[in-house]
Amino acid sequence: MASGLIVVDYGMGNLRSVEKKLQRLGISAHISGDIELIEQAQKLILPGVGHFANGVRNLRERGLWDVIDNKVRNHKTPIMGICLGMQLMAKFSEEGNTEGFGWFDAEVKRFNVSDTLRFKVPHMGWNESIPVNKNLFTEGLTGQESYYFVHAYHLVCNNPGDVLGKTVYDYEFVSMMGRDHIFGVQFHPEKSHSAGDRLFQNFMDF
Amino acid sequence: MFRPRIIPVLLLRNQGLVKTVGFDKHRYIGDPINAVKIFNDLQVDELVFLDILASKERRCISPEFIRGIGDEANMPFAAGGGIRTVQQIEGIIKAGAEKVVINTAAYEEKGLVREASASFGSSTIVVSIDVKKKFLGKKQVYVKAGTNATGLDPVEFAKQMEQEGAGELFLTSIDHEGRMQGYDLDLIHAVSAAVTIPVVAHGGAATNQHFTDAVLKGHASAVAAGSRFVYHGPRNAVLINYPTTEEIQKLFPI
Repeated sequence: MASGLIVVDYGMGNLRSVEKKLQRLGISAHISGDIELIEQAQKLILPGVGHFANGVRNLRERGLWDVIDNKVRNHKTPIMGICLGMQLMAKFSEEGNTEGFGWFDAEVKRFNVSDTLRFKVPHMGWNESIPVNKNLFTEGLTGQESYYFVHAYHLVCNNPGDVLGKTVYDYEFVSMMGRDHIFGVQFHPEKSHSAGDRLFQNFMDF
Repeated sequence: MFRPRIIPVLLLRNQGLVKTVGFDKHRYIGDPINAVKIFNDLQVDELVFLDILASKERRCISPEFIRGIGDEANMPFAAGGGIRTVQQIEGIIKAGAEKVVINTAAYEEKGLVREASASFGSSTIVVSIDVKKKFLGKKQVYVKAGTNATGLDPVEFAKQMEQEGAGELFLTSIDHEGRMQGYDLDLIHAVSAAVTIPVVAHGGAATNQHFTDAVLKGHASAVAAGSRFVYHGPRNAVLINYPTTEEIQKLFPI
């Protein structure tokens, strides 16, 4: 059965929260790790929590890596990454010294905080993402929205034009990133009460 | 701007919610699903569910129960109680929890925390450390819902758990728990200063000032409480409540 939106199941983290949030928003989606279903999808959500290298390994072992890469690069399938799913869009991560999809000229680095008593790692809790560079994915956001973050590594974008949102935790880091049909957020819009709803709706409208 | 989390802790006993004092004197509070619905409306930061009988009964918190909570919860939640294996952790995360809380097995099962954090990411693994002072003795780590003394120093154990890969420490003072007289700030500060991972303060909070103290004096990354969120008024009537957004903004001035 062909389906519009597929939430990619590659064994990394809690997919049920994404499923429930989409249901509540009335967005029809399938959670699947099936190669054929993913090949036919019109849109993809790539969630994920956990170790970067494990994420890459799982996607490769399940035969999903090349399928997703081909869809995004060649078929321009819209994709939204969440947390690890966003980090995988970078060229490289320090976490396991592993290469990502490389859709963005960006790297993933561990938080290097100046004050370890005030700024514990992982960055765990509620914080804002201030929108920069006008984009359809972030339309309607005010910068006042509070989102749930939980991550020890963060993105560093080499192309300032790819940055869609910035957050401060000891220092400023990239918390939303996007270009063309590709979009990612570091925080968990599915677990941020209603603050993340607009992001899913924008992605569906894209 | 980053804001410390304020976390209601919900204790499960035979499918119902209870509140304790010093890990004892269970009082029935209500139905867990109903509580989650109210906490959704109150827009709480995060919830922690602990099955306080699981470890003693040598079973794990029920994934079916977690599924029911996950169906309702609009906020992240952690779940714990009797978790001893990586397979159990996988079941709990698949059922919808963001994080798991490990207490007894972090002490008893060598390598579990390391294996779990390697498999699921350290941010998923919360180690809960229960601390009690023996009469005329030092503060030490207790396991099995506070019934077994380990003889371990809380700060040393916390450092060890960080090395093993814990993403967060959930630090409870059994002596302060349920007494609504404030946190054990010395304990919180000692542990928080010794590790680089977040420490959640738990045990004793009754007022917003207690939250502020735990963060500003104790350097907790988050504050957790039970009684504070389920009791109201001088007679401790059961009423689920949570600080308003305006109150929260005043709690943690920089």
